[in-house]
Amino acid sequence: MNNIQQKTKELLESGACTLIIGYEKGTGGKARPVFVRKAEHAAKLIFDESCDQNIAGYLYRQEIKNESKKAIVANNHTLKSIVELASENQIHEGDFMVLAFTAEGEIIELKSFEEIEKHVATLYHGLNDEDKATMQKIEAMTMEERWGFWENEFSKCIKCYACRASCPMCYCPTCTVEINQPQWIPVPSHTLGNLEWHVMRAMHLAGRCITCGQCAKSCPLDLPIHLLTYKVALDSEQYFDSVAGTSVCANNVLATFKTEDHENFIR
Amino acid sequence: METNNNNSFEPKVVAFVCNWCTYAGADLTGTSRIKYAPNVKIIRFPCTGRIDYMLLMKAFANGADGIIVSGCHPNDCHYTSGNFHARRRWMIFRNLCDFIGMDMNRVVFSWVSAAEGAKWAEIVNTTVDTIRQLGPATSFQKLIKNSVFEEVGNE
Amino acid sequence: MERKLLTKDSYKLLISKIISGKYQLVAPVKVDALVDFRRIKSADEITEDYIVTVSSAKSVAFPRNEKLFGFEKNNKKLEQTDFDFDSIPHTVLLGVRPCDAMGFASLTSIFCWDSVDKIYTTRLERTIIIGMSCAKADASCFCTSVKGNPGNTAGNDLLLTKTPDGDYITEIVTEKGAKLVAEFYELFREDKGAEKEPLLANVPEVFELDGILAKINSKFDDEVFWSEQAMRCLGCGACAYVCPTCACFDIQDESHGKTGQRVRCWDSCGLSLFTLHTSGHNPRQNQGQRWRQRLMHKFSYMPDRLNTVGCVGCGRCSRACPVDMNIAEHLKSIIDN
Repeated sequence: MNNIQQKTKELLESGACTLIIGYEKGTGGKARPVFVRKAEHAAKLIFDESCDQNIAGYLYRQEIKNESKKAIVANNHTLKSIVELASENQIHEGDFMVLAFTAEGEIIELKSFEEIEKHVATLYHGLNDEDKATMQKIEAMTMEERWGFWENEFSKCIKCYACRASCPMCYCPTCTVEINQPQWIPVPSHTLGNLEWHVMRAMHLAGRCITCGQCAKSCPLDLPIHLLTYKVALDSEQYFDSVAGTSVCANNVLATFKTEDHENFIR
Repeated sequence: METNNNNSFEPKVVAFVCNWCTYAGADLTGTSRIKYAPNVKIIRFPCTGRIDYMLLMKAFANGADGIIVSGCHPNDCHYTSGNFHARRRWMIFRNLCDFIGMDMNRVVFSWVSAAEGAKWAEIVNTTVDTIRQLGPATSFQKLIKNSVFEEVGNE
Repeated sequence: MERKLLTKDSYKLLISKIISGKYQLVAPVKVDALVDFRRIKSADEITEDYIVTVSSAKSVAFPRNEKLFGFEKNNKKLEQTDFDFDSIPHTVLLGVRPCDAMGFASLTSIFCWDSVDKIYTTRLERTIIIGMSCAKADASCFCTSVKGNPGNTAGNDLLLTKTPDGDYITEIVTEKGAKLVAEFYELFREDKGAEKEPLLANVPEVFELDGILAKINSKFDDEVFWSEQAMRCLGCGACAYVCPTCACFDIQDESHGKTGQRVRCWDSCGLSLFTLHTSGHNPRQNQGQRWRQRLMHKFSYMPDRLNTVGCVGCGRCSRACPVDMNIAEHLKSIIDN
């Protein structure tokens, strides 16, 4: 029995926890989120490289909020999202336990937001090589090529909103797409409406995207929409020195300002 | 896109301006009898902080060839900080639009105070000139045209 | 059932002839890393390297956005342009999997259950479906659990099964299929009587359909059961939008300047907005209730009222789901519980 199963079994047996949010093996061997309530089911839990899904979004789900003693098995993406959600007051210290892993794979319990912050500080925050290369490829294109690239991508979007549903930072009870007076985002999934949706989604994630790429991983059509939020994340870092998911007391990039913010385009 | 009698292109420019500075500035342009291009349609907002980026997207979708966004100079905001917030938003938005291939030469951002009637005329004139050179904005219009009919079942 | 043989060379020839003729051809195409249906211009674009396409074939008859009519305001007068039935193309849909082909029966039962939806039926009438049997299956496939199989002819006009030589056994299923074969008769040869069964994928049965149909209604009030099932469901619409039988739609008016259109577009019962009332009340308040609706609709309401099961076992919903809500597994647990 590996240490995640042992640890969670102990937690459930002792009554320290009544619910574990973690990963199990799903269809065709891919990992998926699982909710374990009984010690005898702890053997379902896994934690390996396949568990790269960001599951922080479950922490504020109403059904789960009501559970008093819960623990979450957190990968690095999930940890960063926890920090960012905490900075936005969506989740609260002491409401849940966090089980994380050291670089050596040892299971550790992070007992406070401060400890999570410290752990997150040891992690890598940039983009992976593949995404970096794609970003550079797009930025090297001419304006017309970039428009063509995204027009083609947006034409494929079926507006299932899996990107929104799977993003831990998309927690608004009423999303802009659900506002119909006026109808900001067209309901039909035509290219213009899809473009407006993805621009809006990226803007709403400015300074908040922790660059986990869950949106693109969730997209059934494989649209590289994570690059849009990565773009705003990179700009937020460059202009405002803000990296989402690193500080519980961080101010939101677009909800704050500095008088010395510097731009070169306003006449 | 509009055409005049000579059938040449007349740019349609939408200006999103704040009530306290640029709108008053534009008023001063008029009372000072300074002539400027008539291609601009001014939409008044309480503050630049209220100018949602979605409005810019909607302007292009509804046929604007160019856009001006203008408000109080930094530290002059009627509500103290609306323009500082707006500035951050534009910094992010402008780069994002550029990243998806929108022509950011068509969007002009400026600070025009209530005393800068001449500056307003200059901003409008240069913007209209730029748009005249760039030609009609077609990328959004093409999207609309192709939009509903891109399905495999639709011809 | 009458069978013919289509050699690999005449298969390519058939495709080129279809394209250069009066039909548009829609077939599976590699779109970056995925395979999806696209209108194609040459036989080389087609791929055979797929279990199922990402999206179902339903958009040929039920596009994700359908312009129902257009309107234009001229000098205070409103002019309306009706739906132009002549604009519906004659389509050959190639490479459809048997599960997908079966889905059209479910769709038709919904679109024609009281009044007949003329746009849908005309689109379908003008579509000739050439299916392709499955030689491969994956862990999400479960057609055999819902009375389908990898070589099922139902719903197809022609069904092709690829032989080891690269030729295609052609089963002529309908009148429409026979007409197409007659149109290109010179390309088809006499069938050599090769056995089809050994060429098909093995799809194990995951659950017993009759057991589910008998038991699902009794589960309706078991809120705990449904909320536990839907615990990880994120409430997006991916499953419904890739589903070959999901038929829910929304009607939207869209306008730009003086012109506009009324559009029918896909909608999903998994989205919270789907049942939200103007008053603010939502009769399906949590994801458990919405997930229950999805399963009940397919395995209770449709069998009861339309005499058809609303699931063809293609497994697309499971593949598209960001959190692997495997529908077959969840259905099985209805029997097990």
